[in-house]
Amino acid sequence: MKEKDYKLERRKYVLGGAAVLIAVIYLIRLFFLQLKGGENYIAQADNNAFLHSVQFPARGSITDRNGKLLVYNQPAYDIMVVMKEQEGVDTMALCKCLGIDTAWYNRRMVEIKDPYRNPGYSRYTQQLFMSQLSAEEFSGFQERLFRFPGFYIQKRSIRQYSYPNAAHILGDVGEVNPADIEADSYYRSGDYIGKLGVERSYEKELRGEKGVEILLRDARGRIKGKYQGGKFDKAPVPGRNLTLSIDHELQALGERLMTGKLGSIVAIEPSTGEILCMVSSPTYDPRTMVGRQRGKRNKELSQDPMKPLLNRAITGTFPPGSTFKTTQALTFLQEGIITPGTAFPCSRGFHYGRLTVGCHGHGSPLPLVPAIGTSCNGYFCWGLYHMLGSRSKYGNTITAMNRWRDYMVSMGFGYPLGVDMPGEKRGMIPNGEYYDKHYKGSWNGLTVISIAIGQGEVTATPLQIANLASTIANRGYFITPHIVKQVQGVPLAKEYSEKHYTMVDQRHYETVVTGMRKAVLDGTCRSANTPMYEVCGKTGTAQNRGHDHSVFMGFAPREQPKIAVAVYVENGGWGATYGVPLGALIMEQYINGRLSEASQKKADEFAAKRISYGSSQR
Amino acid sequence: MAHRNDKQRGILARLDWFTIVVYIALLAMGWMSVCGASYDFDQQGNFFDFGTRSGMQVVWIGTSFVLATLILLVSERVYEVFAYVLYAAFMVLLLATPFLAHDIKGSMSWIKIGSFSIQPAEFAKFATALCLAKYACRYEYSMLRWRDAIISIAIVLLPMALIVLQKETGSALVYAAFFLVLYREGMYGSILFAGISAVIYFVVGIRFAEVPMWGILPTSLGEFVVLMLIIAFTLILTLTYTATHRDTMHMALIALAPIGGLLFARYIIPFNAAWIALGACGAIALYLIYLSLRERMWRYFILSLFTLGSLGFSYACSYVLDNVLQEHQQTRIRVLLGMEDDPRGAGYNVLQAQIAIGSGGLKGKGFLKGTQTKLKYVPEQDTDFIFCTVGEEEGFIGCSVVIGLFLILILRLIHLAERQSDTMARVYGYSVMSIFLFHVAINMGMVLGLTPVIGIPLPFFSYGGSSLWGFTILLFVFLRMDMERTVKA
Repeated sequence: MKEKDYKLERRKYVLGGAAVLIAVIYLIRLFFLQLKGGENYIAQADNNAFLHSVQFPARGSITDRNGKLLVYNQPAYDIMVVMKEQEGVDTMALCKCLGIDTAWYNRRMVEIKDPYRNPGYSRYTQQLFMSQLSAEEFSGFQERLFRFPGFYIQKRSIRQYSYPNAAHILGDVGEVNPADIEADSYYRSGDYIGKLGVERSYEKELRGEKGVEILLRDARGRIKGKYQGGKFDKAPVPGRNLTLSIDHELQALGERLMTGKLGSIVAIEPSTGEILCMVSSPTYDPRTMVGRQRGKRNKELSQDPMKPLLNRAITGTFPPGSTFKTTQALTFLQEGIITPGTAFPCSRGFHYGRLTVGCHGHGSPLPLVPAIGTSCNGYFCWGLYHMLGSRSKYGNTITAMNRWRDYMVSMGFGYPLGVDMPGEKRGMIPNGEYYDKHYKGSWNGLTVISIAIGQGEVTATPLQIANLASTIANRGYFITPHIVKQVQGVPLAKEYSEKHYTMVDQRHYETVVTGMRKAVLDGTCRSANTPMYEVCGKTGTAQNRGHDHSVFMGFAPREQPKIAVAVYVENGGWGATYGVPLGALIMEQYINGRLSEASQKKADEFAAKRISYGSSQR
Repeated sequence: MAHRNDKQRGILARLDWFTIVVYIALLAMGWMSVCGASYDFDQQGNFFDFGTRSGMQVVWIGTSFVLATLILLVSERVYEVFAYVLYAAFMVLLLATPFLAHDIKGSMSWIKIGSFSIQPAEFAKFATALCLAKYACRYEYSMLRWRDAIISIAIVLLPMALIVLQKETGSALVYAAFFLVLYREGMYGSILFAGISAVIYFVVGIRFAEVPMWGILPTSLGEFVVLMLIIAFTLILTLTYTATHRDTMHMALIALAPIGGLLFARYIIPFNAAWIALGACGAIALYLIYLSLRERMWRYFILSLFTLGSLGFSYACSYVLDNVLQEHQQTRIRVLLGMEDDPRGAGYNVLQAQIAIGSGGLKGKGFLKGTQTKLKYVPEQDTDFIFCTVGEEEGFIGCSVVIGLFLILILRLIHLAERQSDTMARVYGYSVMSIFLFHVAINMGMVLGLTPVIGIPLPFFSYGGSSLWGFTILLFVFLRMDMERTVKA
């Protein structure tokens, strides 16, 4: 036995010290991993393990005011592929079966495997190969599915339309774009969102609430069951169904009548503000805007020079023409510029110095009611001339002009009405400052005289003209026009039941109604007259650089009106040419629920008429 | 009879219960981890089912207890008598293993006996420790004698070489732990120092080989820093082993040249300053040779050998990495040194291990709640990477407890080894301590991303009978020897 070597024994401190040092280093490392970096690693671990499988809710369906189903969901089929299992598949047979070429197949396979384009890629899970096959395409594939191992079918739903009508109202759905995702964190890439029409304006109600299923995913991407037995899962909430105020028959008739013409027909139920039909022509078949062809079809339509995607009823702004004279009559009466008995002369127009606003031949001078009935230009020019020139009442022209403007705005012009559709335009009602700037201070009533007859700077949407008819029908108020009558389970927004009174008293409206009735009985709207009910109307022939626009505005019956309508046919000529007969047909269809035989014939006749617009860019 | 009872109680009292408590605590935590790591979310049945790994681990733990009891009943003199025979037998077995083994993931280290596979390399550590301990008992044994030192090192290197033949580099590297024992028994500290220096040159040199200094100079950051380290280590050694401070000062002046050159290159004319550093190294080596001739002292010559050896080694490293190591080994080294950042490539395992541990936070996700390990994101999660389960499910607190227990075990083993009056027991005790230290340090370091990914088990935690029995035998033979200490004293 050797002596103990105390010098060497001291080396135990070196070894023990090394062990302690290592332990300390590892604890420091653990500290940084678990306590300082914990959050980040927890996120990464969750990202690994939890697959948030989104459960899409069924989108709400859309029906018309009579319960006719307009839009519903239909199953479509996505073809999924599991890369690991599909090896050795007969590619040629597969392509033939799906109607694709091998180049497309190869390109798609490369896309699927690209981790940048397809971030969730795994060889072991289903990847989207081809989306939205129709039932016909799918049934052929399903029969041969057993020959293509690794390929699967996933059911999803797409929008389907019952009728070829109302494309602008219904709108459509499409994949969200980056801006949508930015604006609302609800959306994820690949989700669908309403793009146009009520699909867009009622997106939140229609879409429902996505559900989520938290699944556990292992390192190879295989699903290993639900996390904690589905304790944190959320079931999807289906979207709410919409009932539109549209009458589908009326809408279909309107679209038929407008075939081959540019323009719009809008009908409103005056007592509720519900829009009964909203036609914009040209239109398109919404059934062509679903599935895989949507993108192609959408591009086609957007390049059409006639702009069929445009909803002219709310986004087109036109001179309202003589229909606007009713607003002038109401304003002048309320402001005391005229009384119903006031008569102005008209010798084939309004003449003042070298200024002339032409008119057609009729008796002169005329009081208000027959002036409305014959649509006398001179009468309303004199009225505006007196209003804007009344220094004793307003002090100066600008104040008078702004007073005039206030009346127009109170009747729903100059600003968007607030219809529940996207993209509504405001139209144009000039004010004093506008003209001051435009004419550099040197202007008077004569300079702007054409606004009295709905020309010049004044423009309005067909919806605003229909709303004017509705206001007159109601003798002084309107309810904001709206297209959705009811949202399942929630009350309608308050703004769609509030009465908006204009600045004009009810008694003055009676005078204008009498004038409009006279126009139907022995004035410009004679062809709208019918023994079935009392129609009131006003034509318009809006001057234009090209051929005049044909306009009609009216309502029926005179007492307790059921329908107010505006017809606007671009380049249609006299108001009586297209506007009046089309308006009359719309009223008849709605009030009687059908057209008489004679009217049916007339409708066919008008549906067949075409207006030539040339090929110029509009 | 009374006397016999008394003696028996005495024997039980001499058993180091402290170590046994730590051993049982580690086994308990280890078994929980195996349960966690092998558990599947959709698993039915319980943890004692022999069809599961947790059930089988119960079997291994039970048999380990039996084994431990048997060892405590057998006289420690057996080991002294049979040490060489056992060693020889194991060397033959190790030599034969590649021929008897069946291939498991490229490793030829497992021998099939009936339905079980055992890994002789796990038990060869025990035989090697005994052999080394027995050899150190020789009369006038000293590590300062060439013969003793060479034979001692040969005892360690032989099994190492045989295990490398089985393509088990990781298990072979464990034998490097015996150098700690040799250090305790008198090997020059400078040899250990040289070894550690080599590791540093290797890591720094390769990690920063392709990083230009300041991003602009044609100088490799790794190369320059390694050269400066060589100069610094040489100066430290010279100061420690010689008394000539003036000569050290001269060498320090030479070291200023590359620093000046570097500043010149940085601010005036860019050039590769590594050449000046290399020149300085050469100059210092020559100066040391001159001193050894002037003073007629070998020490200076050995110091110059250190400098030249370091130079040769560091330049050999990049050559070895590029031309000698196999593809997967190169990748592992690059990944370990943070040179490759590919989450789906070779760094994937290390990254997933860190995510598992990091996501545990302070308290962990709770027993059986770890998603990283359950869903197989962590590779080998019930064997080599089992510490991930501790980190994920038991958190920082659990990890600290495990590290604390291992540290206590190691310090206790040092204490027990030092209290032996018998050289054989002491050397054997240090061998046990060193093997545990190496396994724990490398295994945890690998999981924490601090050391290379070397596939060796974490004692008492990793699933498997061979390693658990191996560690149990190592530990309890030493505890049996420790029981005899008072009798001999």
